[in-house]
Amino acid sequence: MIKNRLFKPFIFVFILLSFIAINSCDNSKKKENSKSEIQVQQSKPKTAESNEPIPEYMGAGKSVYTQNCLVCHQSTGTGVPGLNPPLKKTPYVLEDKQRLIGIILNGSNDGLVVNGSTYSNAMPAFAMLSDQDVANVTSYIRNSFGNKAEPITENEVKEYRATLE
Amino acid sequence: MIKNLYSSKGFIYLACLALISLTSCKNNEKSEDGEMNSNSKLALSDNNADLTLPDGFGVVKVADSVGAARHLAVTADGSIYVNLNQRKDGNGILYIQDTDGDGVADSTKGFADYGGTGIYLSDQYLYASSDQEIFRYKLDENQKLSNATTPDTLVTGLINRRQHASKSITLDDAGNIYVNIGAYSNSCQQQDRTPGSQGMQPCPILDSAGGIWRFNADKLKQSYGDGTRYATGLRNVVGLDWNKQNNKLFVMQHGRDQLHTLFPDLYDEKASATLPAETMYMLNEGDDAGWPYIYYDQQKNKKILAPEYGGDGEKTGAENAIDPVVAFPGHIAPNALLFYTGDMFPEKYKNGAFIAFHGSWNRAPEEQEGFMVAFVPFKNGEPSGDYEVFADGFAGMEKVESPGDAAHRPTGLAQGPDGSLYVSDDAGGSIYRIVYNN
Repeated sequence: MIKNRLFKPFIFVFILLSFIAINSCDNSKKKENSKSEIQVQQSKPKTAESNEPIPEYMGAGKSVYTQNCLVCHQSTGTGVPGLNPPLKKTPYVLEDKQRLIGIILNGSNDGLVVNGSTYSNAMPAFAMLSDQDVANVTSYIRNSFGNKAEPITENEVKEYRATLE
Repeated sequence: MIKNLYSSKGFIYLACLALISLTSCKNNEKSEDGEMNSNSKLALSDNNADLTLPDGFGVVKVADSVGAARHLAVTADGSIYVNLNQRKDGNGILYIQDTDGDGVADSTKGFADYGGTGIYLSDQYLYASSDQEIFRYKLDENQKLSNATTPDTLVTGLINRRQHASKSITLDDAGNIYVNIGAYSNSCQQQDRTPGSQGMQPCPILDSAGGIWRFNADKLKQSYGDGTRYATGLRNVVGLDWNKQNNKLFVMQHGRDQLHTLFPDLYDEKASATLPAETMYMLNEGDDAGWPYIYYDQQKNKKILAPEYGGDGEKTGAENAIDPVVAFPGHIAPNALLFYTGDMFPEKYKNGAFIAFHGSWNRAPEEQEGFMVAFVPFKNGEPSGDYEVFADGFAGMEKVESPGDAAHRPTGLAQGPDGSLYVSDDAGGSIYRIVYNN
């Protein structure tokens, strides 16, 4: 008897609860959707920008990157946790041009700390690359993986290399 | 009466009832599963914590986000010591306890002012390593620390030049402690990892690294002069364990990187992603596994002369070097080795080897692979069959472009007192406990 009396309202409450739960899930999805819609709209002007001719250093720099850098720093520019530092959004890539050219020509074995993480592998020197190749690859990594920074010219590499000799 | 039930008080009452009955349903299911194995209270994950396992195995997610969890050890009462690669909140080692028996961590305490990888537990002592020292902590009858702040320093001054710096440890039954000292180099080139640079002959690194050293497990402040170079020619070992069936040390070597980037004329990207093998060696005192002069080609089943030493991908070399007992695919980074001696798992696992693979990076631009735990069956201390993937799905995605994307990366293995297999993860900071149900 007691069972019967409780049973019906129990189902009712259960259905009600489930409904609320499902609904609230739906709402959160809707919110996400509307967010991404906004993002799509915002990114429209950028799409227009990308119709501008792609600078030559992007193609030439990518092939230097693929042969010499990709395996350690990865196709995503995110590096390898604990071993090889990321290139994506790091001061070493985006800021001081001289420091970046220096790391490529001289290598680096300091246990680099980037954004609070230490990276243990040594970076070899790539002094055998031509000034043009160094300019292309540095410009490429400064403008890939979400990075945006002024490209580096062949002359800037040449001037830096002269200080080493 | 029915009307009353729809009132707000009644509503809350019923909602509570609904929740309680739902929860108790779940508990009932669990205890039915568990009773067969006396895991009655274990909070088994509904979906094996997103891992794929052979039939009959289940997973308890013991802990999450504990930090860069490297090797771990489990006490007789099921508590966990885990070494963190980098200190978290000032602590390099965590002591994790489950107080209510559901297998999930309830209490975490920390100690040690250094980060590291190695950890080993005996009845009396906890042994742990930083990247240049080995410490020992006295334990009480419950395997708890009696003094967390002033451990004994067993070994000091081991080489740490960042690359391959972790010092994994294990003990034999004769009072010796074994430690890997990884080579601070990829292939002992004159300029490390520099295209075309030739190998140093002989490789000077091998006098103090690139091997396994043996020390007295009961003597303080030892360094190179007090120890023995037990085995050499091992580029970097992270996983090692003492096999009690044949009384031998087994180690997992990380094979060399970058054949294509360093020697593009000899190896294409595909060959470089595949070669060389990650290798398991059974060691005797004085053994040489051949690094840096050779690498092991798992397709040819041969020791191939390294290109830095005149190799062309075909020539063999270092004929005196030992052969591996198991060869795995390249670059997948074996970070832990454990011989399973428990009674919980089915018979085929008894005395076999579990290997935790951290997952590759050096396969780029090919997809990354090997974020998994493998198993190799053993008989009388020798492999008795091929390796198989035991636990997979740690990365949390089908295709891994770069290892930084992987959600979890297996790093350490330990066996619990009931025969559960524990797996640590230094990316997501998870600790998994794998149990067998039926």
